[in-house]
Amino acid sequence: MRKIFTRPKSLRDVPTHYCPGCGHGIVHRLVCEVIDELNIREKTIGIAPVGCAVLAYDYWDFDVTEAAHGRPPAVATGIKRILPSNIVFTYQGDGDLAAIGTSEIIHTANRGENITVIFVNNGIYGMTGGQMAPTTLLKQKTKTTPFGRDKIREGYPLKISEMLAVLDGVVYLERVSVHKPVNVRAAKKAIKRAFLTQINKEGFSMVEVVAMCPVGWGTSCEGSVKWIEDNIIKYYPLGVLKEKYE
Amino acid sequence: MNKKKRDTIYDIRYTKHAKTVLMTGNEAIGEAAVAAGCRLYAGYPITPQNELTAYMSKRMVEEKRVFIQSESELAAINMVFGASVAGARAMTSSSSPGISLKQEGISYLAGCELPAVIVNIMRGGPGLGNIAPAQSDYFQATRGGGHGDYRTIALAPSSVEEAVELTRLAFDLADNYRGPVLVVGDGILGQMMEPVQVSSFKFQVSSSQPPPKPWALTGAKGRKPNIIRSLYLKPRALEEFNKKLQRKYEEIKEKETRFEEVLTKDAELIIVAYGTTSRIAKAAVQSLRKKNKKAGLIRPITLWPFPDKAIKDAAKNTKVFLVVEMSCGQMIEDVELAVCGRRPVHFYGRPGGGVPTPEEIEKEAEKLL
Repeated sequence: MRKIFTRPKSLRDVPTHYCPGCGHGIVHRLVCEVIDELNIREKTIGIAPVGCAVLAYDYWDFDVTEAAHGRPPAVATGIKRILPSNIVFTYQGDGDLAAIGTSEIIHTANRGENITVIFVNNGIYGMTGGQMAPTTLLKQKTKTTPFGRDKIREGYPLKISEMLAVLDGVVYLERVSVHKPVNVRAAKKAIKRAFLTQINKEGFSMVEVVAMCPVGWGTSCEGSVKWIEDNIIKYYPLGVLKEKYE
Repeated sequence: MNKKKRDTIYDIRYTKHAKTVLMTGNEAIGEAAVAAGCRLYAGYPITPQNELTAYMSKRMVEEKRVFIQSESELAAINMVFGASVAGARAMTSSSSPGISLKQEGISYLAGCELPAVIVNIMRGGPGLGNIAPAQSDYFQATRGGGHGDYRTIALAPSSVEEAVELTRLAFDLADNYRGPVLVVGDGILGQMMEPVQVSSFKFQVSSSQPPPKPWALTGAKGRKPNIIRSLYLKPRALEEFNKKLQRKYEEIKEKETRFEEVLTKDAELIIVAYGTTSRIAKAAVQSLRKKNKKAGLIRPITLWPFPDKAIKDAAKNTKVFLVVEMSCGQMIEDVELAVCGRRPVHFYGRPGGGVPTPEEIEKEAEKLL
């Protein structure tokens, strides 16, 4: 029988620690599929964040380093400047990229470092038990916004990708989602394009992936898909935010 | 005449025919790092180490290596972390408040067992303090500095010439023991100009050619993927890792403790001082000797590992110790631990940018002799 669907070579065959319905597994897989298709596994260096994806190196079958919370873009800068022929990407959550690492992501993007950033936005701190993230929506209840996020008390959900898109150093930036098969396919296309941007030495590329966190959101798997459809992508619309190829 | 305009920053290449050059400590450390094969330097402006960042901005680019003026100290240390992950020799420098910011990264470097060189040209504190020379980061440099059970080798040069040698050594030790190494000077050492032998920058091949780093991330071509991390979640795994680090630190203590002794053999009073302070103390010792007063000096070159055995041995014959620091008294705790109550240990310090004079030290010593 002909095998038409299998595990990407870059993804290890190990049990997952992610919760049921979590988006990380899909995003991990998409990254690995792209790395396989571009045949860059042997020259790829990934940077795992602090957060739920801290154990990404248990799943990815290529060179991976950890980085302190928020610092992956600075670490990626160091690696890429030393090894410009390698493919370097960071995998960061919303707390990592849009809160504690805001400075690093802005300046790395602004320097136009030729790296790729996979930014997983699920609007919550999953690993620490569901606290408010910079991307938590208004009125959304979390462990630290028990009455819902209040714009007076907590401010507005941060539009970090829109902020980054205005920087001259950013070549490609797209927001995608993985809540439906059609979106997953579009997400893969965007991730591939981001890696190609780096391979072609065009400059800084980033894909924001809106992902489900049913456990953190206190909902079911189906409920999390509906939450993205009805709420998140209304505030964070999907699509290309920046393309500036020379 | 084809006269080339001299740069405001000292450039050793202008001295092709000279045997000796005048350089500030900051510039000399920079040139030593270049000579030691440093491939990435990242830094953020802060006084009194600015000449070092400026020097690197020129020399690293000329050598086609990486210079980055980072957006913060946090970013700088993490760029160094990244370069080290990729197997390159890398350095960052700062002064006290900036070194506090780097402590997160230094802890991760220790936890991930990554070599790196960090230069601290100390100024007065706490807080913003001032920009005058100080030695008040001794605790931070010798106790780990950041979170977790770790130590960093801390090298304390007392002259510009020695800063060159110890910067070279810092890169070698960082690679050999796979961990962050500090070069600790003060604002005087950083900004004072002194003659340096040009030949000092011609290091042995072993220094400019780092050892192979099979653990580095270079892409998993023809080998299993390499993982660099400091996270150990499985039961007892971190305990085992911490014990492994401690074994490494024990080996460093045994092999890498460095110090200088001056006239200690018959000394009735021994001054313990490091860096700039040790040079001032040396002048005091010489002056006391002229008056037939038996003073000596022990100068720790490695602040960690601390030369406690040398102090302990000296305690057998001498009568009293005087610790002199540009702080309110930090190294004195290590001296007291080594002396262990066998002899009285006195202290003279000038904190907050104060610099003791030889006369002040002499006067303090005479009270005890």
